[in-house]
Amino acid sequence: MSSSRRKFLKTAITGGIAASLPLSAFKLLSPAEVQASIGDDKVRWAFLIDIQKCVGCGFCVKACKLENEVPYDLPVSRTWVERYVVTKDGKSHIDSPEAGRDGYTSAKVRGDDIPPEEITKAFFVPKLCNQCEKPACVQVCPVGATYQTLDGVVLVDRKWCIGCGYCIMACPYGVRFFHPVYKTAEKCTFCYHRITKGLKSACVQACPFGARQLGNLKDHDDPVTHTIMTQRVGVLKAEYGTKPQAYYIGLDERVR
Amino acid sequence: MKNHAWRPLAVVIGAVALLLLVRANVVPSDFGVNGENFTYGFHRKGSIDDWKAVQIKYKGREYCRECHEEKVTENESSPHKVIECENCHGPAIEHPDNPEKLVVDRSRGLCLRCHAFLPYPQSHRSEMPAIDPDEHNPDQACADCHNPHNPNLEAM
Repeated sequence: MSSSRRKFLKTAITGGIAASLPLSAFKLLSPAEVQASIGDDKVRWAFLIDIQKCVGCGFCVKACKLENEVPYDLPVSRTWVERYVVTKDGKSHIDSPEAGRDGYTSAKVRGDDIPPEEITKAFFVPKLCNQCEKPACVQVCPVGATYQTLDGVVLVDRKWCIGCGYCIMACPYGVRFFHPVYKTAEKCTFCYHRITKGLKSACVQACPFGARQLGNLKDHDDPVTHTIMTQRVGVLKAEYGTKPQAYYIGLDERVR
Repeated sequence: MKNHAWRPLAVVIGAVALLLLVRANVVPSDFGVNGENFTYGFHRKGSIDDWKAVQIKYKGREYCRECHEEKVTENESSPHKVIECENCHGPAIEHPDNPEKLVVDRSRGLCLRCHAFLPYPQSHRSEMPAIDPDEHNPDQACADCHNPHNPNLEAM
């Protein structure tokens, strides 16, 4: 009988351990599920902006607004173009009328005439969401309505957003705004509906001078990635630690 | 145990059960960590498909070429080849079904986006062929003299 007691104890202990293990520990994951859990290793979208090439035509802003159904005549925009005019007295004159939607057709900055001989430097800076690697706007969302996709784009779930506005406050770049129609937080998506189908973002396509480019950082043959890797590029507000993924060629320290 | 201990406990259990019930019904089943981690990837997975389903409105030059081959070819031999058709003609969306006709922006403002002179040496803007809009035929439409598809100053 002693052997059957030992057998009983053995069975009891093994059974106890087996029962304490959750069933999920034995779940077999499909390769796709494993891939999803460790991240998509094929794509990481990034933006490259060449400030010198930008002439301030504003076609990018127009295209963005129409493509993404951002109310055309309201003072909100997912992307915009800023003008910087620096004069000999060291002052920066900065403006972005209508987000640059209608382009820059007058030399007047905020109604001020600036004589050409006073200008030391002047240029246009297109801005949009930096699709940060560590997006502050996502961290602060109390309901999980904004998130980063595996290919690095930060999106807003319009069905889940409660419109509290924390993310709008948290973004160091001011790229988020409250959508007047949907009543939710709104931001640049890099035209997610286009780039996932192999098209260029609307602003990139509309830019006549190639000042805006979109690339895949994980593809080393991508010309945009090549430029980011081999040329002198800068990012905006690196000190915030959000690791922005919009890179600028010809950036000036006055651009914040 | 007495009733005064059991009653509040029943209320608490009931409240928790109700919360769990409501949560199970209201929170979508695809809600969870769908990105790289909880901090940045906690969301409803269907939202990604919502964004992918947005309608494409700017179709691009090749779409225009399918029917307007002649115009596109003419444009491609000119300095204006860098400009997308839809920048001036407006987004095609589902043209020719919807809209049947595109509204062309023929305003001076459209041309002045690039061709109003601005003295900005660090920008390619100052290198553009440019005019002073107040001096250069201020009351006339640009297209009266210039062909937007193939602007050729020498042929004028």
